[in-house]
Amino acid sequence: MFMVQEAVTAAEVAKNTNALLGAGIGLGLAIIGAGLGIGRIGGQAVEAIARQPEASADIRGAMILTAALIEGATLAALVFALLFKIL
Amino acid sequence: MMQAPDIGGMIFAHTADAHALELPFVGHVALPQWAPVRVGRLAIDLSPTRHVVFLLVAAFLVWLTMWLTGRALERQRAQGSGAPRGVASMIEAMVLFVRNDVAIANIGHKGAKFAPYILTLFWLILYCNLLGLLPFGATATGNLAVTGALALTALVTIEVSGMVALGPKGYAKTIVFVPPGTTGVTAVLLTLIMIPVELIGKIVKPFALMLRLFANMTAGHFVILSLMGMIFIFGHLAFFRWAIAGGSVAFMLFMYALELLVALLQAYIFALLVSVFIGLMQHEH
Repeated sequence: MFMVQEAVTAAEVAKNTNALLGAGIGLGLAIIGAGLGIGRIGGQAVEAIARQPEASADIRGAMILTAALIEGATLAALVFALLFKIL
Repeated sequence: MMQAPDIGGMIFAHTADAHALELPFVGHVALPQWAPVRVGRLAIDLSPTRHVVFLLVAAFLVWLTMWLTGRALERQRAQGSGAPRGVASMIEAMVLFVRNDVAIANIGHKGAKFAPYILTLFWLILYCNLLGLLPFGATATGNLAVTGALALTALVTIEVSGMVALGPKGYAKTIVFVPPGTTGVTAVLLTLIMIPVELIGKIVKPFALMLRLFANMTAGHFVILSLMGMIFIFGHLAFFRWAIAGGSVAFMLFMYALELLVALLQAYIFALLVSVFIGLMQHEH
């Protein structure tokens, strides 16, 4: 199950570490943005439902749709961060 | 000293595609490898992989579900027993929800024509996602090729339905967009700038669909497997390993429950977004 680590030179290790660090920082920034965006969507949607409970079905649909659009951009960042690990 | 466990390798081995199946009791089962089909200078490998097998299983399950539900509903209607009962009632409710509240609500009065396509997407993605959560399962939707093919069908459907609904002149307007209120050189310049933007916009929509589904399914598995890896990373600690193992298992259970929700939500979102994009093209003027 556990593969034996291949011997790599110190330079390669440093390069990989820097690449992974950059991927991690970028991913964290993307997550901050998504958190702000989705938090705002959720907050506003709850507020809107509290004001107008009879429109809650429409509001929920719009909320999920908008959250999905933000999530798409965030997950694109995740996929590109993943590329750093694979490449 | 103990060899450090390769958690990354374990995670990638679990989520990546392979020419083998992991089955209960039997263990590792190698799938047949066929010689690649040559089309000109291109060599296309058509041999089945883990994800292909699970995609076919999902397709078969979708067919089985719909066939059994249809048969049960027919029988209940023949008996004249009023409202549908049992599992058939649940499936019918889900189908009606996707048809009415996803397809027709977002596409408009023509939505009923697209409902079979939207429903196929919804059920296939749902079954693929759920099969990935079973032990020994593999997530076919956690493969960029699978989600890319699904997104490609969405791209073709969106564009072709737009061409049919708008006609050649109306469809050309979705690419060559003259901003309102501009004349002369400004209009020409702005239109020239907008043409690539509109074309990119057409490609980006299915591209985002592809990435969203792939990344959602892969990320969920990554989180669960990383939490499992924590147990092995901290396995050398004398006492804390028990606490860490307990915490990891609790978090894994939570993530697993969340993944069940995400599996349903992603199928819904894919169907919803395809409906919204089809609806956008239908009502473009």
